[in-house]
Amino acid sequence: MLSYILRRILYLIPTLFVISAVVFFIIQLPPGDFMSTYIANLEEGGIKVSDEQAEALRRQYGLDRSEYAQYVIWIRNIVTKGDWGRSFSWNKPVADILAERVPLTAVVSLTSTIFIYLVAIPIGIFSATHQYSLFDYVFTFVGFIGVSIPSFMLALILMWGAFVLFDWRVGGLFSPEYLDAPWSLARVGDLLSRAWFPVVIIGLSGTAGLMRVMRGNLLDELRKQYVVTARAKGIPEIRVLFFYPVKIAINPVISTIGWILPGIVAGEVLVSIVLNLQTTGPVLLDALLAQDMYLAGSITLILSLLVVVGNLFADLLLVWIDPRIRFGRVEE
Amino acid sequence: MTLAELDLPTTGAPAEEAGEEYYRATQWQLIWWAFRRHTAARVGLIVLGLLYALALTCEFISPYRPLDRFDGYLDAPPHRIRLFEEGRLTRPYILDVEPTLDMETFRTEYTPKEGSEPLPIRFLARNADHPYEFWGMLPTQRHLFQVDGAPIFLFGTDRLGRDLFTRTMYGARISLSVGLVGVIISFILGLLIGGLAGYFGGVVDQISMRVIDFILSLPTIPLWMALSVALPREWSVVQTYFFITIILSLISWPALARQVRGKFLSLRAEDFVTSAQLVGSSESRIIAVHLLPSFTSHLIVTLTLMVPSMIIGETALSFLGLGMQPPAVSWGVLLQNAQNVVTLALHPWKLIPCLFVIVTVLMFNFLGDGLRDAVDPYST
Repeated sequence: MLSYILRRILYLIPTLFVISAVVFFIIQLPPGDFMSTYIANLEEGGIKVSDEQAEALRRQYGLDRSEYAQYVIWIRNIVTKGDWGRSFSWNKPVADILAERVPLTAVVSLTSTIFIYLVAIPIGIFSATHQYSLFDYVFTFVGFIGVSIPSFMLALILMWGAFVLFDWRVGGLFSPEYLDAPWSLARVGDLLSRAWFPVVIIGLSGTAGLMRVMRGNLLDELRKQYVVTARAKGIPEIRVLFFYPVKIAINPVISTIGWILPGIVAGEVLVSIVLNLQTTGPVLLDALLAQDMYLAGSITLILSLLVVVGNLFADLLLVWIDPRIRFGRVEE
Repeated sequence: MTLAELDLPTTGAPAEEAGEEYYRATQWQLIWWAFRRHTAARVGLIVLGLLYALALTCEFISPYRPLDRFDGYLDAPPHRIRLFEEGRLTRPYILDVEPTLDMETFRTEYTPKEGSEPLPIRFLARNADHPYEFWGMLPTQRHLFQVDGAPIFLFGTDRLGRDLFTRTMYGARISLSVGLVGVIISFILGLLIGGLAGYFGGVVDQISMRVIDFILSLPTIPLWMALSVALPREWSVVQTYFFITIILSLISWPALARQVRGKFLSLRAEDFVTSAQLVGSSESRIIAVHLLPSFTSHLIVTLTLMVPSMIIGETALSFLGLGMQPPAVSWGVLLQNAQNVVTLALHPWKLIPCLFVIVTVLMFNFLGDGLRDAVDPYST
């Protein structure tokens, strides 16, 4: 068992290297670099930049080296010094920007995931035990709608609705007075009073999908012989339900974290751009447009890391929950 | 397999209805029957048919061209279509509007012009001011509907005074076709790679499965964003469109490839494949004649459910300004004007393209769900 966990963790390392290389070269794809955009802007403002000055600027930022060398230096500094490079447009270390934004992204994504499970599993169980009831139909419909509305559109529509109906501006994770304030209890309270809105929006489509999975799995289990046997023995209905079928039906739901998590992270990026949250989404968009390559690369890498580590976590959770895996042969 | 399971048909319903026909029906007939009974899927098919018909004939449906500007009608709200004149039912008409400045709020409001005559909506009439070529071939002046004397805006206008109804109809072309073209590319990639992995197994299988797992674990939107930034701005609409679909399918094929592989692996062990091998069928014949048809129906379901995610992908990218670029029109491009909450509060009609995206995606989900239930006609 321990060797399985160790192997999974070791397997992370090559995966992350491949991701970082893919990400870096994708970000290098656009013609030109940050300096060419920067110099073009300077010249538009009437400042002449000579070729020597341009060369000097490029050398200063290490842009005169080959892409391969740039990648190696970038990765080496991340691994050895925790230095993620320098953001050209913010003119400060990428690590500082990440330290500000990534925790909020992680919190919002994680809360959304928890929200999805907390809401979807009970609804799924209830829908399955009350199949074809009004409740079941209502949530089947809600599920279809939830899956069909892309999260950023939902954010747009709800933001508009909240503004028109309640004159309430939902943009941002903080009220203006707390935006630059140091962390305090009041600031956390402010965050909580605003963060539920994006969390619900990001979580909705995942919730909708997951409650269908839970309902379907549980329905399959409930039809099985052992449930009939348990009932025939006179075990109370609640105990029958939660002791056997729910336990089995919940396993595939946990392994679905694999496809829910990329969706949450992607949804978080879009929703945070629409709602202007202080997370990585808006920074990523700006960095990509400005060809601020170390910033864009680092954020994409961290988002992928969130997904990969989340998947690993889900697999370990499954091992812990499912005795068939815990005691049996672990499938690769 | 228990005896009860062998005792077909457990479904009952079609057998009772159709009697002997049920046992003689081909698989596709059974699928069609099961599909017909699925109301949501039928609705989905009809609505999607309508939407695609709109997209195909958008030049005729819309009264103007997507880039026509109407000075004096900037950010004008949708026209109210009036049916009653002095309490009597008449043919539908509109009143021409003009901008007035509300002196309290300093906002421009559109009110009917003083003493303006009712302008009846004329259907299938010629409009000499707005000629066009149907599908770029047939020069004509006929539009589905139009009004003489003043422009008509069913969905209002945008900041530059362009008719949003016209633009939504033209936008449907790009938004609706992106899904189909993207799915075709994913289909080819998925079938090829999944098929190779599943049929040959071994090292090929190992490598492609690793690649698939890798791509599936990536968050799509950031990568789509990074890839689409790489598209040169000066590219023509056609080039951008083509590359956006490629970008969307690059990240979508693994799901399909995995399914194809799974099916190949399980079917390869079936008796009918062994017997085909025994009678000397070639590999390619076994794949084309025996293996592919036996899971085509499942593939169609996966493909149907993949279309909406591509449509959403294009919309999201264009919405962020990374996908299709103006002057190209797609639903995502139209939504670029709807990013600001204050603008939305003043001009809520700019959210109308959202409605089209949501309805399209919902209908594809209905259709896919119905198909999924239908392709297993032997199960309950």
